[in-house]
Amino acid sequence: MRSSILVPLAAGLLAFPFTGVRNALSVFAVACAAVFLLHVYRTATVVAFRESADGSIDRLRGLLSTLAPYLRSSAALSIISIIFLILPILLNDYYRDILTLTGMYIVLALGLNIIVGQAGLLNLGYVAFYAVGAYTYAILSTRFGLSFWPGLFVGALTAGAAATLLGFVTLRLRGDYFAIVTLGLGEITRIVLNNWSSLTGGPNGIARIGRPMIGGYVLSSTFDFYYLIVLIVAVTIYAVHRLMFSRIGRAWIAIRGDEVAAEAMGINTFRLKLLAFVLGSAWAGLTGVFFAAKMAFVSPESFTFFESVMILCMVVLGGMGSIPGIILGAFLLIALPEVFRDFQDYRMLAFGVALVLMMIFRPQGLLGAVKK
Amino acid sequence: MHLLETKNLAKYFGGLKALDGIDLLVDRERIVSIIGPNGAGKTTFFNCLTGIYQPTAGTVLFHDHDITGRQPHAITALGIARTFQNIRLFNDMTCRENVMVAGHCRTRAGVFGAIFRPERVRKEERDMVFRAMDILKFVGLEAKGDDRASNLSYGDQRRLEIARALGTEPHLLLLDEPAAGMNPQETQELMALIRRIRDNGVAIILIEHDMKVVMGISDRVLVLDHGVKIAEGLPRDIQEDPAVIEAYLGKEEGRHD
Ligand SMILES: Nc1ncnc2c1ncn2[C@@H]1O[C@H](COP(=O)(O)OP(=O)(O)OP(=O)(O)O)[C@@H](O)[C@H]1O
Ligand SMILES: [Mg+2]
Repeated sequence: MRSSILVPLAAGLLAFPFTGVRNALSVFAVACAAVFLLHVYRTATVVAFRESADGSIDRLRGLLSTLAPYLRSSAALSIISIIFLILPILLNDYYRDILTLTGMYIVLALGLNIIVGQAGLLNLGYVAFYAVGAYTYAILSTRFGLSFWPGLFVGALTAGAAATLLGFVTLRLRGDYFAIVTLGLGEITRIVLNNWSSLTGGPNGIARIGRPMIGGYVLSSTFDFYYLIVLIVAVTIYAVHRLMFSRIGRAWIAIRGDEVAAEAMGINTFRLKLLAFVLGSAWAGLTGVFFAAKMAFVSPESFTFFESVMILCMVVLGGMGSIPGIILGAFLLIALPEVFRDFQDYRMLAFGVALVLMMIFRPQGLLGAVKK
Repeated sequence: MHLLETKNLAKYFGGLKALDGIDLLVDRERIVSIIGPNGAGKTTFFNCLTGIYQPTAGTVLFHDHDITGRQPHAITALGIARTFQNIRLFNDMTCRENVMVAGHCRTRAGVFGAIFRPERVRKEERDMVFRAMDILKFVGLEAKGDDRASNLSYGDQRRLEIARALGTEPHLLLLDEPAAGMNPQETQELMALIRRIRDNGVAIILIEHDMKVVMGISDRVLVLDHGVKIAEGLPRDIQEDPAVIEAYLGKEEGRHD
């Protein structure tokens, strides 16, 4: 109990010479809050609350899994598709745009989930591959007139190729080094984008990127991009779901669980980790192409470390490895803050609090399975 | 031609000679036991055979091919499977999935196969499920197929380790103290299981502390002490070997009566 005041005091005192009085006070306050949370975490009421919350979420998951076969039936699928096809008609431009944005992050989070949630590789620089896709299309489109549809593949391929090169070098490292290297990679990418002006336009970015075309029709309205992203999300969910329940998905989960045992059971762990890294990154590249085409403009500002963190939050918050969980995570982190505009300024704070609460109450994520 | 042959196999950790010049021959349908006091180098020997450790010196021949220093997954694909002394199951998975993971190196579906699922892949997947169920039945876990591995009793976890190893379709099975933590009845069942595996044409190397198991089941016994082979022979000769009694049985008697 004494340590509950001593630890923050020590932290505050240590901070004082470096940061001055006011910051030292805030260090003290934050440390107090952390210690307080730790105490709360240990109290019986919280444990009881946690268990009852777990119980109700597990009932929900049980319900979801009994419903799953019906949800996957063609009738349910057509109803869901009709809802998503009609929905934008009932909304205005602003909400259509938010839904499109959410769809983009769902694809990004599902891609990152292959790397983090399935294969268990902590990737802190995911946004780098998103940027590679976006800039590849931006450059090829503005300089060589590459059109969107082949651009999607070229962007995915380029990001995948970049991941292959990087993976070959880094995936032999231990897990924590991989996280640090990818963190560095994200920053290097942003610095290169800012400084290689002749190619990337530097901080000004690249404008007038080609829009997608179907026949003679140029996709440009919020409707068009909404339907395009719905299509991409559907394809992604389908592919990711099938991968998860395959020989390859099982191997990934085995590697996440125990790499030595997986290797001893005949799994080429290096190759499968590389595969996860490349596939997840290719998906990021593809989303980057969509982003570039939608905005018709890219600049380094869109590819900050914060983006990587946010996508990672979606994966962790929703429940690693669970597709519905990740979709939920993307909705919570994109749609909600956009809708409640006033709340924008406190976004980072809210993320932090939400993540701390998650780690306390439900470390496996909102819809992740309970580890027994 | 022997199934497995090690020549002068050695593994040093800095100055510590965990294994020093081990020669061993193992033939088909044979059960060879390795005994020795704690820290004798038994598990290290398995780790050198399966590629988890790079031997400091010596060679490992399997089917007359030199497999020394190959990667573990490649060695497993060639037909050597193992269990772990400290159980290392995939706890996030069901028993059936644990065994199916072991089918990885015997199946081929790639990314596109997994996504588009042509008939070839569906069949491969179906076969894998049936095979996993067969193997679970073989080890007596047929009722536990859908249970999470972490929810099994200790004895059942040991049996699931064996089932998972069998899922790789080995010619040689390495069992690292499979009876540890089992009650006498489970141990009896385990001995019967090991014999049935042998009768299916698999050779077995067994590390075991339980002398009743070792003496009852082995065709040959190898005794290690401080990384050195101090005796090798038939079980009853080993029991009477003065060096063995001195190094091992004498010290360990209190533990096993
Ligand atoms: N990775 C390692 N690094 C350093 N020393 C090791 C390593 N692995 C094993 N050793 C040492 O090698 C020696 C042999 O260990 P090993 O685990 O092979 O013994 P064992 O015969 O299996 O013993 P037990 O009956 O306790 O399982 C021990 O002294 C151990 O400390
Ligand atoms: Mg051992």
